[in-house]
Amino acid sequence: MLGLVNGCFYAMLSLGLAIIFGMLNIINFAHGALYMMGAVFTWVALTQFGINYWWSLLLVPLVIAILGVMVERSMLRRLYKLDNLYGLLLTFGIALVTEGFFRHRYGVSGLPYSIPDAFAGAFNLGFMFLPKYRAWVIGASLLTCFATWFVIERTQMGAYLRAATENPKLVQAFGINVPVMITLTYAIGVGLAGLAGVLAAPATQISPLMGTNLIIVVFAVVVIGGMGSILGSIVTGLGLGLIEGLTKVFYSQAANTVVFLIMALVLLVRPAGLFGKER
Amino acid sequence: MGLVAPFVVYPIFLMHALCFALFACAFNLLLGYTGLLSFGHAAFFGAAAYAAGYAVKMMGLGPASGIFVGTMAAVVLGSVFGMLVIRRQGIYFAMITLALAQLVYFFFLQSSFTGGEDGIQGIPRGHLLWFINLEDDRKLYYVVLAIFLFGFVVIHRTIHSPFGQVLKAIRENEPRALSLGYDVNKYKLQAFVISAALAGLAGATYAIVFTFVTLTSADWHTSGDVVLMTLLGGMGTVFGPIVGAFAVVTLQSQLSDKVGSLVTVIMGAMFILCVLLFRNGIVGETVGLYHRIVGRRPD
Repeated sequence: MLGLVNGCFYAMLSLGLAIIFGMLNIINFAHGALYMMGAVFTWVALTQFGINYWWSLLLVPLVIAILGVMVERSMLRRLYKLDNLYGLLLTFGIALVTEGFFRHRYGVSGLPYSIPDAFAGAFNLGFMFLPKYRAWVIGASLLTCFATWFVIERTQMGAYLRAATENPKLVQAFGINVPVMITLTYAIGVGLAGLAGVLAAPATQISPLMGTNLIIVVFAVVVIGGMGSILGSIVTGLGLGLIEGLTKVFYSQAANTVVFLIMALVLLVRPAGLFGKER
Repeated sequence: MGLVAPFVVYPIFLMHALCFALFACAFNLLLGYTGLLSFGHAAFFGAAAYAAGYAVKMMGLGPASGIFVGTMAAVVLGSVFGMLVIRRQGIYFAMITLALAQLVYFFFLQSSFTGGEDGIQGIPRGHLLWFINLEDDRKLYYVVLAIFLFGFVVIHRTIHSPFGQVLKAIRENEPRALSLGYDVNKYKLQAFVISAALAGLAGATYAIVFTFVTLTSADWHTSGDVVLMTLLGGMGTVFGPIVGAFAVVTLQSQLSDKVGSLVTVIMGAMFILCVLLFRNGIVGETVGLYHRIVGRRPD
C-alpha cells in the first residue's frame, strides 16, 4: 500500500517533468528540490505561522508556482536557443543551491508533521487496515493527475498547449502568446511538484534530502515510460510505485534498486520506452 | 611546474587535485568532444576505487596491480553501461547514466565486501617495483603525476586522431555523421568505454593515495562535481578540465571547514553562473578574449 502512495508521487512528478519537457524542451532537475520545498514549507507554515494543512494544500503549491515563474523568467528563458543540456545543468545548479540551503537551515534529520485530524485512524478493509491518510493521498493525487490530463487533452487551453509543443512558431503566428504559455506551463509543472510535497509531508519524513533521492527514481520512471504521453507517465509512475512496494515486502534488499533494474531491462527490450516515441 | 609543486604545496592536496583533474579530463572526452552528458561518472570512479582497494587490502596485491584491477573494473562496468545507454538519444543519456550510477551506489551500500557505510579503510600503499616506497608522500606524488600525464596523453592522442575527428562530427551533427557511413553507436560506445576506463584509473589512484574508499566516491554529488569542474574550466578545451578541477578542489578544501554545508550552495551557484554567464568556462573565455584582442589589432 505504501508502494501505491509512492507511486502517486512518482506519477505526479513525472507528469510535471513530461509537461515541462514537452513545452520547454528542458529536463527540470530542480523538480525534486521543489517537491522537497513543498514539504518543508508545509512544515514551516504550521510551526511558524500556524497555517493548517488545508490552507497549505492551497497556498504552498501557489508559492512554489510563483517561485517557478521567477526562475523561468529570470534564468531558463535565456537558454531556449541553446542545446537542452544547459537547461539540465542550470536546474541541477538550482537543485544544489536549494538542497544545500535547506540542509544548512533545517539539518538532515526528519521534521515531524502530524496527520490532520480528519484523516487520523484507518479503514478496516477486512483483509488489511488502510490508514485514512494514505487513502486520501491516493485519491487526491489520482484526481490531480486526472484533472491535468483533462485540461491538456480535452480543453481549448490544452489544445493550444499541445499545438505549441508541436510547433511554437506557427501557434505564435496565430496570435497566441507563447512565451506566457511557456511560463505558465513551467509554473503548473512545478506547482504539481509542490502539491506532491504537501501531500507527502504527513506521510513521510520531511528532510532536505528527500527531493534529490526521489528525482533520480523519477528520472528512471521517465526513461521507462517515455515522455511522449501524459497518461503514459501517470500509469508508469503508479505501476512502478506498486512494484517497488511489492519488492519491499518480498525481497527488501532490492527495493531501492528495482526501478533502476527495470529501466535497464526496458532499455534492452524497448529502447524507446513503454509509451515513448523516439524523436 | 608539476615537478617542484610538492615542495611548495601540501602533496596530498596536489594528488587529490590531480586525480580529479584526470577524472574531469576523462569526463570531458564525452561531454566536450562527443557531446554526451553523463551524470553518472562517479560510478566508474567509485567502482574502480572499491576494486583497487579490495584487491590491495584483501587480496594482497601491489599498488600497481591494484590500480590495474580497478581500471579493468571500470572498463567492464563502462561497457555494460555503454551498451545500455547508447540505445537512447539526446537528453535521456544524462538521466539513464544517473539512474545506473544510483544502482551502483545502492549495490555498494548493501554489499558486504565494500564495508557498507564505513567503506574500506586502511589500504596499504606498499611499494612500487620493490624499491619505490609509496608511503612517502612526495614519491607517491611523482607516481600520481606520471599516471595523470599518461591519462592526459591518452586523451590528447584520442582527440587528435581520426577517431577523435569522428567523435567531434557526432557532436556537431549526429544524423550527418551517420549518413556519411560512420557507425555512430560504435564510436559512442568506444568513447564511453575509454572515458570510463580513465575515470576508473583516476578512482583507483585516488584509493591508493587516500588509503580508504567510502561511498562518497560513488555518490551522485561526485558526478555533479566532475560536471562542474569541466563546465567551469571549459568543456571541449584540452586544459579546461584541469583548471576546473584545481579550482573546485581548492574551493572545497578551503571552504568546507569555514561554511560547512553551505559548500553545496556555492557549488550550485557556480553551476548557475557558468551556464548563464560564461558557458565556455575559464579556459574557453580566456582563449576567446585573446583572439578578440589579437583580432582587433590594426594591420
